[in-house]
Amino acid sequence: MTQPLLRVHRLSKSYGARMGCADVSFELWPGEVLAIVGESGSGKTTLLNCLSTRLEPSSGLAEYRMRDAVWRNLYDLSEAERRFLMRTDWGFVHQNPADGLRMTVSAGANVGERMMAVGSRHYGTIRSTAIEWLGRVEIAEDRIDDEPRSFSGGMRQRLQIARNLVTHPRLVFMDEPTGGLDVSVQARLLDLIRGLVADLGLSAIIVTHDLAVARLLSHRMMVMKGGHVIEQGLTDRVLDDPREPYTQLLVSSILQV
Amino acid sequence: MGRIPGVKVMTPLLSVHDVAKSFTMHLRDGIVLPVVEGVGFEVHPGECVVLGGPSGAGKSSLLKMIYGNYGVDAGSIVLRHHGQPVDLATADPRTVLDLRRDTIGYVSQFLRTVPRVSTLDVVAEPLVDRGTGRELAQGRARELLARLNLPERLWSLPPATFSGGEQQRVNIARGFITAHPVLLLDEPTASLDATNRAVVVEMIAEKKRSGVALLGIFHDEEVRAEVADRIVDVTAFAPRRAA
Repeated sequence: MTQPLLRVHRLSKSYGARMGCADVSFELWPGEVLAIVGESGSGKTTLLNCLSTRLEPSSGLAEYRMRDAVWRNLYDLSEAERRFLMRTDWGFVHQNPADGLRMTVSAGANVGERMMAVGSRHYGTIRSTAIEWLGRVEIAEDRIDDEPRSFSGGMRQRLQIARNLVTHPRLVFMDEPTGGLDVSVQARLLDLIRGLVADLGLSAIIVTHDLAVARLLSHRMMVMKGGHVIEQGLTDRVLDDPREPYTQLLVSSILQV
Repeated sequence: MGRIPGVKVMTPLLSVHDVAKSFTMHLRDGIVLPVVEGVGFEVHPGECVVLGGPSGAGKSSLLKMIYGNYGVDAGSIVLRHHGQPVDLATADPRTVLDLRRDTIGYVSQFLRTVPRVSTLDVVAEPLVDRGTGRELAQGRARELLARLNLPERLWSLPPATFSGGEQQRVNIARGFITAHPVLLLDEPTASLDATNRAVVVEMIAEKKRSGVALLGIFHDEEVRAEVADRIVDVTAFAPRRAA
């Protein structure tokens, strides 16, 4: 009998009088990709930061099924437990790769560092695994000793993905993973993410304002406005048959090419 | 409902009961566009039921409701899923995805392409998703594409730049590759030439022989006459407009 991986119950975060996100509840299952969409200021990034424990919510809880099958409220974890989770069982792909990479160490070290966090010590193994992962994200082996500073935006983003996935996390958070990239680079990245998520059976929570990204990558989506989830469901149903005025506006605002 | 002696009663694979659907257009002052109401019919194993009626009667919308792309306002859409009845109209997203993986397939009018994915992988994907090995799935994809006369030099290319007829054949191959017990077809022959139309008619006949329940829209009268066991007139479900 399968169980959810994450159970979120009435999560809220306010910044003084201003509401970040309010009363959000959902479950995420293994292998499921959830997109959180909405415009700037809708609360989607606040929600992502609460879920990934980068922010402390004002109220509510998020329970996570740990690798030993024990359910833990994320906000009851010690700082050390939280860090360990972040470095091993979770990934976080930032919109700006510079936020998720170490720009002044080599590409290989960026990937190897995460492996060492889960106990890899053998240099040869670390290097060969790093090469393998660079290959999976379509970075040539001869770039392994280069610093990400010398990489293009698309390459940096692919390196960030490799760095996150090398520890075989069960849950990956992504914040606008294709934002700020050229469309042709976006397409390649989307295809890559789609393939990796399916092959590895990852669960993922993807924040995006781009409905095409949500359609391509996610099984299910939540639409946020003013901190609240106003509509949620199967991705193609929300996009093909939106119910809420705001969702209808979002869907009808997509430019056709 | 009692059984009639001497008549074999088969369980339908799809039964639609009293389904109603309207769209509320919030951006147009909240006007309500009724689509259908009181929709009811069944599709049994091995039969092809064709939805009839003029454009705008709600045929494509009905297929989208049965596949779960559109929600419904009322009624039930019951599929036999691993031997158990499951109502798709009220199912949660995970159950709908489960139904789509194992029970209900859909050949849409237009192919939604993914950048960079080859035609062969587009066609093989539904099998791979269901656990078939990639090589085996690709082998099956090759057979279907060859049968549908799609030139082999196109197989390694993404179908985004293909002609309408070529994309439609990719879509058909993708829809027919699995053994889904229920298959929805939205004008699968609309942009095909006579040779390929005949291939599709033959493929539909094979699905019927293997016990698949098919529900489709076919504007081509010749094709419809060849594949249809029964026609359900969608105009019968036209909403009685209030006011």
